Amino acid sequence: MSMVMRRRERHAPATGAPGGRPPYRPTHARFDRPAVAAAAAAVAVLAAAPFFLAPYATTTLTRMLIYALLAASLDLLVGITGLPSLGHAAYFGVGAYTAGWIAAHATPAAPAPLLAAAAAGAVAAAVGGWVAVRSAGVFFLILTLAIAEIIQQLAESWGPVTGGSNGMYGIPATLLAGEALTNVANLYWYVLACFLAGLVVLWSVSASPFGATLRGIRDNEPRMRALGYRPYRYKLAAFVAAGAVAGLAGGLLAAQQRLVTPADLGFTTSALALLAVVIGGTGTIWGPCLGAALVVLVRDSLGPGLGGHGPLVLGLVFIAVVYALPRGVAGLRRTRRSRHAPPDTGGAR
Amino acid sequence: VVDWLDIGVIAVLNGLAIGLLLFVVAVGLSLVFGMMDVLNLAHGALFLTGAYVAWAFAGDRPTWTSWLAALAVAAAAGAFAGGGLSLATEPLARRSHLDQALLTLGVALVAAELLSAAFGDDVRGVNPPPGLDGTVGVMGNAYPSYRLTLIGLGAVVALAMHLVIERTPLGALVRATVADRDMVAAAGIDARLVRAGVFVTGSVLATTAGVLGSPVFNARPGLDGTILILALVVVVIGGLGSVRGVLVAALLIGQIESTGRALLSDLASFLLFGALAIVLAVRPRGLFAGAIGGRT
Repeated sequence: MSMVMRRRERHAPATGAPGGRPPYRPTHARFDRPAVAAAAAAVAVLAAAPFFLAPYATTTLTRMLIYALLAASLDLLVGITGLPSLGHAAYFGVGAYTAGWIAAHATPAAPAPLLAAAAAGAVAAAVGGWVAVRSAGVFFLILTLAIAEIIQQLAESWGPVTGGSNGMYGIPATLLAGEALTNVANLYWYVLACFLAGLVVLWSVSASPFGATLRGIRDNEPRMRALGYRPYRYKLAAFVAAGAVAGLAGGLLAAQQRLVTPADLGFTTSALALLAVVIGGTGTIWGPCLGAALVVLVRDSLGPGLGGHGPLVLGLVFIAVVYALPRGVAGLRRTRRSRHAPPDTGGAR
Repeated sequence: VVDWLDIGVIAVLNGLAIGLLLFVVAVGLSLVFGMMDVLNLAHGALFLTGAYVAWAFAGDRPTWTSWLAALAVAAAAGAFAGGGLSLATEPLARRSHLDQALLTLGVALVAAELLSAAFGDDVRGVNPPPGLDGTVGVMGNAYPSYRLTLIGLGAVVALAMHLVIERTPLGALVRATVADRDMVAAAGIDARLVRAGVFVTGSVLATTAGVLGSPVFNARPGLDGTILILALVVVVIGGLGSVRGVLVAALLIGQIESTGRALLSDLASFLLFGALAIVLAVRPRGLFAGAIGGRT
């Protein structure tokens, strides 16, 4: 880790007093005043949104937040650890099914289904990651894809628990302090609060020394190994953390839709999450959230107008993004800023 | 005991048919993957295209003419698609695996949507050509003669691939490119031609396999994903760019899919995962990696 930091430091621009070296501030953990202001403004706008939006728009915004959390958790793998997973929706779906089952058979009282969902996401990710993280490159892509497919088949065939291909329906509404969250706006605020909590977790992981180690592994794994780190353990830990947050997002999905189907953990959902990360820009956490909002907008709002061919548009967007925007929307900002700061060597390899 | 044996014989034969069909699909994927380092996620869509072509031309009342026409059209479509994919991935050659996977993923999504728009969401059944639509007795069991033909055909393709790859100058070039692409380019061979050739061959094999497999699987939405996953598992278990590895892995997966499903229907998915996990724990690069090249 220290090597990585020192390298960054050497390239850092001399913005301090002449002759003096500026104090080390990692580019990824910076509390810029504009950044803090922008985040606060975004949270304020999001919190006030139900007052201005029609109920349908609020529902769409709720879904955007859920998928944004999924995309942000995937970014911890793709952008920060350099592990491009093609099957992240599996852990999202495991969380959704767990939350639905707990709400229906144990208690729908507020934190219980979500905590169970996050725990189940973490456990599933630990099992899947145990196999997948051993591999690298193309093998990792294939393994995550195959494991997710197997989890989806399990959801389809384990009828008594998951409801088979019809899905799990009739999930009771979440109880918050004894009151059922059936109002669109109340549900939205509940999802927003959990979304922000999940985002804070991801941001803390990313900004911690652990996150710096993950970036080190992404940028130069042999060097990290030479420094005495064990990349396997760190990658597995990142995989489990991302699985837990994805499980949390899945729990929110179960609370909102009150229906979970095998499609929620299928390949298309994984592909959409990955598309959100790639559109938004890898390694930034906030970029993928914007990407997810865009993807949900295209799929749910423009999709019906296109005769149900939303995936066609998304496929074309995929192709366009790969050629035109290799670093995503966040990359645009980064290029602008690169006059002042060294560019992150980010991106999945 | 006799019942179990009967189920066993049928399941093993089915597994052989599925396995050899998987071999034809996966060998193209494996070559593209091993030689070009490109993970082609549109490979399943190619198979599904072939299956729909079979339905459009042959349908449920095929003649030999319509059946052969379906094969020819599917092969032509595969060649066209392979050339297109080769051109499309060319600019991404020096980019990450993820970018190439994303591109082919986008192509796969678009292709699946177009196919569903053109052919609807119903299951489209295809019958075998006349003369092969009956059954023959195998150890006292009635078994579809088309599947036996499929086994024979698959064995011929496997043998042909083996001979071409291992015994001809062209095969030597392919193996050399898997082992060291840059050295082949340095020896004065146009890498773009090799690349396009491999892509076209792999895609033609995939669409043809789609036609051949359509009486077994039927053309339906979602089949592209199923076949892609099976082919990817075969490639991972077999090892990069190794024809022998692909054959062994395809036969193994075929048996798991068929015999495993017949004996323990719900657990077959876990068997697939278990086989993958065990192979990767023992041989992280696949069973036959290192036979020709061992690059990631």
